[in-house]
Amino acid sequence: MDRFRCLMKIKKTFLWPAAVLLFLALPLVIDSNYLISVLIVIGLYTIIVQGLGILMGYAGQVSFGHGGFFGLGGYAVAIMTTRYGWHPVLALLAAIILPGLIAAIIGRPTLKLRELYLAMGTMGFGILIHTMFNEAGELTGGPSGIAGIPYLTIGGLTFDNDIKFFYLIWAVVLLVLFGINNLIRSRVGRALRAISESEHAAETAGIDTGKLKLKAFIFSALLAGLAGGLYAFYVTFVSPAPFGFNTSVQFVLMAVVGGLGTFLGPLLGAALVVLLGELLRWAIPLVIPGAGGEYEIIFFGLILVVLMIYRPEGLGAFGKISKSPMEKTPAASDVGLPESG
Amino acid sequence: MLLEVQGLTKHFGGVAAVRDVGFKVIEGTIFALIGPNGAGKTTVFNLITGMLQPDGGSINFLGKRIDGLKPYQIAAAGITRTFQNLQLFSGMTVLENVMTGAHLKGKTGFVKSILRRPGINAEDKQIIEQSMALLGEVGLDSSADLPAAALPFGRQRLLEIARALASGPRLVLLDEPAAGLNSTETKTLARFLKKLRENGLTMVLVEHDMETVMEVADRILVLNFGRGIAEGTPAEVQADPEVIRAYLGEDEQIA
Repeated sequence: MDRFRCLMKIKKTFLWPAAVLLFLALPLVIDSNYLISVLIVIGLYTIIVQGLGILMGYAGQVSFGHGGFFGLGGYAVAIMTTRYGWHPVLALLAAIILPGLIAAIIGRPTLKLRELYLAMGTMGFGILIHTMFNEAGELTGGPSGIAGIPYLTIGGLTFDNDIKFFYLIWAVVLLVLFGINNLIRSRVGRALRAISESEHAAETAGIDTGKLKLKAFIFSALLAGLAGGLYAFYVTFVSPAPFGFNTSVQFVLMAVVGGLGTFLGPLLGAALVVLLGELLRWAIPLVIPGAGGEYEIIFFGLILVVLMIYRPEGLGAFGKISKSPMEKTPAASDVGLPESG
Repeated sequence: MLLEVQGLTKHFGGVAAVRDVGFKVIEGTIFALIGPNGAGKTTVFNLITGMLQPDGGSINFLGKRIDGLKPYQIAAAGITRTFQNLQLFSGMTVLENVMTGAHLKGKTGFVKSILRRPGINAEDKQIIEQSMALLGEVGLDSSADLPAAALPFGRQRLLEIARALASGPRLVLLDEPAAGLNSTETKTLARFLKKLRENGLTMVLVEHDMETVMEVADRILVLNFGRGIAEGTPAEVQADPEVIRAYLGEDEQIA
């Protein structure tokens, strides 16, 4: 028994670094720009959903406006580099700070709202921002957007191809993962978890829940802005389309499907939603010739419904007891997740 | 005077849940609020802790008015509480619950936590030590790493008291701490409360278990329909005709 435990421990110590290294070696083996670009998109979304996961999973606040913060980051980079000639690093800083500032301003009144009203309030914000991208012609280029964004250069390093971007984005994902791991285990993390368990008890423990929720909101907006900025440098072009209400809904979906309040949930949720979208776009025309995009949405919805029935706490909820209406619940190993080792 | 409540009034719609209630709590004593169900006892707790705002009256703590403050500010002033229907952080471990109760003792902020700056570990270590000592006092130190939800009910009540003590409060409000406990657990609880009083802690107690109340309380206020009808030592209150009427009902023909 002891030997077994010892083996398990060794396995656990080496499993994560091994998995990370293996993943980082992917671009060396994959000879497909398409696959690399899918992995980059998953990484970008993971950054956003990590922040949203703190807001939703711990502070207990939903936001249907994070597409807007994502867009603010993207447009901050586009405008600052192309119109004002800012250095890419400065523009990226602006992409982080601007959404954070706006979250600080709108957060105070908005977070006083609860449940459906909070969802509607943040949704309204997202739609407002999206409309602004479309309508502020001079500044944002209207529906056709802004092209000609330069590549990101940090020091002497220019991120001018997909493989470099892959490493940049996933380094950021790992950093954020590391930071959030620190946060959750700290005094502030305990306070955040306390809010999600019992707000009354948290307040009587001396936790200023309103202020902490606001901080979580700002933090999630900063991360969405960072992802938006990186996105703009990656595609070197922004337009209003990818920053609309649908995007906001997708982020919430990723957070929920991945598992709220779980460590790997944001990554798994982003990966599943992106991969499923790509898979369906490829597979459905093979099965139903001439099928349009609406079929993708139907199958997408079906798969998610099945997933939420069998794994209502999300993909990342290892070790938690699944409260499934069906008695038999698949273990993590059954769905092929890394826990199986 | 540690706590001074005057003319406290709270309406819900047209109904007065608490009407002109006043009492004083001397430091180092146990003060009990008793009365039939719906008498307004828990409402008084919610008003003192800022979870409800009073419609009238004043609450003074350590000579300062605290009515109108937010719950977290009142906690910072030195008042914590437990809940009638337990409000544990059930997904956290027993130890983490107490550590969260000690939130006010720490300083680490959001950014520092993310970067895990040096000094955090030292602060956490100290809070862990203090929390473990507190768990030892209620006999839960061996369960420190269990999820709070895995504890039996009686021990969850003790854990909630430990959590309320973790920030080092001057006054603790205990809302029916004996509810759901068996007689052995109730006796242990009474002993523990008396020990806390010996250490100088002041407590206000809402409790239905009269044996416990009469045993531990220094003074008792009896509430009925939101109004204080009698106040005094346990012996005085037990002999009060109005209290007997409130508890046994006014219709003498029933007897």
